[in-house]
Amino acid sequence: MNEIGVNLKVNGRAISVPNGTIVAAAVALAGISAFRRSVLDQPRGPLCGMGICMECRVTINGQAHCRSCQTLCEPDMEVLTES
Amino acid sequence: MSETYDIIIVGAGIVGAACAAECAKAGLKVLVLDRGPIGGGTTGAGMGHIVVMDDSEAQFALTSYSRELWCKLADELPPNVEYDRCGTLWLAADEEEMVEVRRKQQYYEDRGVRVEVLDQDDVGTAEPSLRRGMAGGLRVPDDAVVYPPCAAFFLLERAMKCGAQVKTGVRVETLLPEGGVSVADGTKITAGRSINATGPWSPLLSGGLPVRKRKGHLVITDRYPGFVRHQIVELGYLKSAHGSSKDSVAFNIQPRKTGQMLIGSSRQFDAEETTVDQPILERMLNRAFEYLPGLPRLSATRVWTGHRAATPDKLPIIGPSPENDRIWLATGHEGLGITTSLATGSLVADLLLGRASQIPAAPYSALRFAANGNDHE
Repeated sequence: MNEIGVNLKVNGRAISVPNGTIVAAAVALAGISAFRRSVLDQPRGPLCGMGICMECRVTINGQAHCRSCQTLCEPDMEVLTES
Repeated sequence: MSETYDIIIVGAGIVGAACAAECAKAGLKVLVLDRGPIGGGTTGAGMGHIVVMDDSEAQFALTSYSRELWCKLADELPPNVEYDRCGTLWLAADEEEMVEVRRKQQYYEDRGVRVEVLDQDDVGTAEPSLRRGMAGGLRVPDDAVVYPPCAAFFLLERAMKCGAQVKTGVRVETLLPEGGVSVADGTKITAGRSINATGPWSPLLSGGLPVRKRKGHLVITDRYPGFVRHQIVELGYLKSAHGSSKDSVAFNIQPRKTGQMLIGSSRQFDAEETTVDQPILERMLNRAFEYLPGLPRLSATRVWTGHRAATPDKLPIIGPSPENDRIWLATGHEGLGITTSLATGSLVADLLLGRASQIPAAPYSALRFAANGNDHE
């Protein structure tokens, strides 16, 4: 893995991750397990890790319902969860 | 064993359900039969837009009366019907379509329908997700949306409270000339009259009926509350979708209470299969993307299709069949069946009981086709 880091924000908190890290990992590194809340308000988080189950959705740069397991961290990304 | 009913309604879609509710309320003994589940046909493929239309005086009369009935019913509808008076925004892309906005404004205002003309700035404020530079639009604030299958279920529950019976999974084979029906296992159920409320399939039970299947596609998105706020319909819709018998698409989007959006619309004749037609789906979505540049970045969760029951003059067929007063018709509502279901139920009950109806029933009589034949345009 590339040694150069990426700086982004998860729920407003600055976090630095290695280049090539997926957003789901960055959210987990930020200590968050409830990525979103279901329609019935249950906490949800990554399950399949391959873009199928849709449970890891977060808001990225204002865009709701992005699959965090399929998105690479980019500099200055703003990630919001529904924790 | 057979049991006698006053009325057997074939079809547990929203039109059959509305007929059942009104007939049962009027004290008639009602049986509703459907080969599938409640609201599982055309009703389940309808957007559920409660809208006043102005293609013809008869269409205006039926849709405005129906909308009034929906308004009156609103407080009694359970939450799962998702009644939401979000209003319709008829969207004008250019000055030519603004001419249509002003014509429509005049038409509605002359007939007491509340409308509001929006200019370029107003439209941008009302719907910020629309692309810049729209010429304007016409807002019809009392139009609404519902979730059609639950609305059909609600109407059938009302009918059942008044003693009606509803049986699903029963395939009716024949509408008997003496009034009842025969079902798939050969059983005859006797009744004073039957009502064919099977929409696109109604010619199967009433041969020669000028009803054709017109296929449509629907897309539903994930939850993006506030992305659109009205049911938005392009005014080109009237030209592209209603006017032609060829395949067509038009921009039509609806916000649901959940924050989801339903995206339409497509119209195809001679497309029997219910599979998704990728080329027309692509055309339909591209049309929506032209109006909503942010839409391609959102997630859709499901695409499905259904068939509308189209008539040559875009009006439904309501009342006795021309050849037999024991067999009645409540079909041919095309893309307006959710709106016009309530007025249809009301007209059917009024006609059956010989009561004065709120609006004249003659424009919807099957007799109108006797002279003109069955040609579609």
